[in-house]
Amino acid sequence: MRPRSAIYLASAALALAALTLAGSLPSDAADKIDPVADAKAFRKFFTDKFPKVKLEDFVNGPYSMNEDLYRQWQEKEQFPPYEFSLEMGKEMFSKPFKNGKTYADCFPNGGIGVRQNYPYFDEKEGKVITLELALNRCREANGEAPYSYVRDEMAALTAYMAFTSRGKPMDIKIPNDPRALAAYENGKEYFYTRRGQLNFSCATCHVQSPGERIRAEILAPALGILNAMPIYRSEWSGMGTTSRRFTTCNSQIRGVPFSPQDDEYRNVEYYLSYVSNGLPISGPGARP
Amino acid sequence: MASSIRVRATSSGETTEVQALIQHPMDSGFVKDAKGEIIPAHFIQQLTFEYDGKNVFTADWGGGVSKDPYVKFAFKGGKKGDELKISWVDNKGATDTTTAKIQ
Repeated sequence: MRPRSAIYLASAALALAALTLAGSLPSDAADKIDPVADAKAFRKFFTDKFPKVKLEDFVNGPYSMNEDLYRQWQEKEQFPPYEFSLEMGKEMFSKPFKNGKTYADCFPNGGIGVRQNYPYFDEKEGKVITLELALNRCREANGEAPYSYVRDEMAALTAYMAFTSRGKPMDIKIPNDPRALAAYENGKEYFYTRRGQLNFSCATCHVQSPGERIRAEILAPALGILNAMPIYRSEWSGMGTTSRRFTTCNSQIRGVPFSPQDDEYRNVEYYLSYVSNGLPISGPGARP
Repeated sequence: MASSIRVRATSSGETTEVQALIQHPMDSGFVKDAKGEIIPAHFIQQLTFEYDGKNVFTADWGGGVSKDPYVKFAFKGGKKGDELKISWVDNKGATDTTTAKIQ
């Protein structure tokens, strides 16, 4: 072992010891994982920061932050650019697999109007299951090859499922399972941890600076940001999924993204969806 | 396959407002794919809207127009229930046509 890595190891061990010590102190009630209080504080932060924005409007991302953009978007929504993808998703959803089963067989209520319950924590597996993951698992269970997580087919399928759930309030549950709480906490940590050469966290843009410009774009608030997924982005001139959003965000801050649907992304989706509970599903969305 | 053209035309009595969304890759011919190879140019060259046997709108397009283009314009005249005919031709000779009732 080289001496440098030995030093790292030693300091990591020290840090661990310090963590365990801190964890065992009785006075850390404030540090306890409390998703309910988190969600309340999270929502309050945004409603205090933007008193004029209606709660259900936060899901409209940058449009809720800028009047001009809002008007342009209203006009665009009469002819939304995600329409082709939505239609494709609807067709795909009802088309049976080679074995005769359909996507509807994999989901509660036939997959209609269930988007607001994803991601959920699977107590059997001990992990977070997102909608995109569930769709690919459904394909694999029926002998079909999985789709790419970031675009086209996956976006079309999730677009259709979101569309059938429009207006339903996000309803993410955290079961009474320490692993679920840990997943939530890991997601939260991921959200607030700085990374990449630019040293940005998710929160740098989407908590600290929504409504501000980053180059020509207007940043969306983190509250309800996933409710609009998947999105047609004019910048991409195509559709993108939640996975695409996470991975490209990470590369834009000059970090190295994880693979789509790695545990880190599943956890951050879990956290971010939970704190947006109660806000309506608005996907599929259109973004500049 | 469903039509590549979506149209909505609404008459206000004096004028008719038309909106259309067309599904087309609109490749400029200057972009490379993931393997570094040029994606050949593939774009709509002409788009026409015809009402009552006359062209009410013609667009001559090139590779500079975005993918899945959106068009909005208004013309004088046009009655509710009448038909509007929309068609495009691209540089590969492909074409699509659809008609829409003015609402």
